[in-house]
Amino acid sequence: MASATPVDDEASLVAQLRAGDEAAFEQVVRSYGGRLLAVARRIVGSEEDARDVVQDAFLNAFRSLDRFEGNAKLSTWLHRIVVNAALMRLRTRKRKPEQSIETLLPGFQEDGHHEERFKSWDEPVDKLMERAENRDLVRKQIDALPEGYRTVLVLRDIEGLDTEETANVLGLSVNATKIRLHRARQALRTLLAPHFRSAAS
Amino acid sequence: MKCRELADFLMDYVSGELPQESRAHFEFHLSKCKNCHAYLVQYEVTIKAGKIACDEMSDEMGAIPDELVKAVLAARQKT
Repeated sequence: MASATPVDDEASLVAQLRAGDEAAFEQVVRSYGGRLLAVARRIVGSEEDARDVVQDAFLNAFRSLDRFEGNAKLSTWLHRIVVNAALMRLRTRKRKPEQSIETLLPGFQEDGHHEERFKSWDEPVDKLMERAENRDLVRKQIDALPEGYRTVLVLRDIEGLDTEETANVLGLSVNATKIRLHRARQALRTLLAPHFRSAAS
Repeated sequence: MKCRELADFLMDYVSGELPQESRAHFEFHLSKCKNCHAYLVQYEVTIKAGKIACDEMSDEMGAIPDELVKAVLAARQKT
């Protein structure tokens, strides 16, 4: 794997792309490919599908360069194309067998109280997420969520789709989508808790 | 309202969709129950942490494998 090269001058890069400069295409793929692959992987789940999605998205982007508006950011434009390609993939593929999420949800006693005493997380979220190891941890735990829940959480909380759009893409009812999102957030909380709770409490 | 119900209503509460009356019950329980309060805070931190960690501008997500770069460039030349 080659490391990503930062792009200093997007405008001239876009001009080179429009002129058909082969080196510019390679620069774009190398500079943005890693993060776009991560975005695709989070939505579609499998490495193989994610690679197909990224390839389709780049080809689509290169074909429609004349539709790229100069005042937009290239990274944002590519991001949107990858998300759309990933959603297309989700719509067309067979649903995988459902994985259970029960063990990651909070348990309750018969009288309705939580079984667990939640130890507080004593750092505010901005502070926690300043550390690269925590950002990496959160990404890994999102990837570890059961498939049908991870997808809902990624589309709603990370890609910012609304409930109805998410429901449509996934072929779920609005209500089922809401329930899944809530469970996915709860499950992610459970996965983060051992790492985020304060040692002091 | 029991802790169990509070956990069910959490998402609607956080998004401001909980109707006025349930909201009052929710907040009353919350003011009495430290455990539910901690849970609510962590639920909100979880949502924000996901957003921050997956920020599209982040360059921490690893590089693209060489063979995929080659595949994309080769496919482009064919089209």
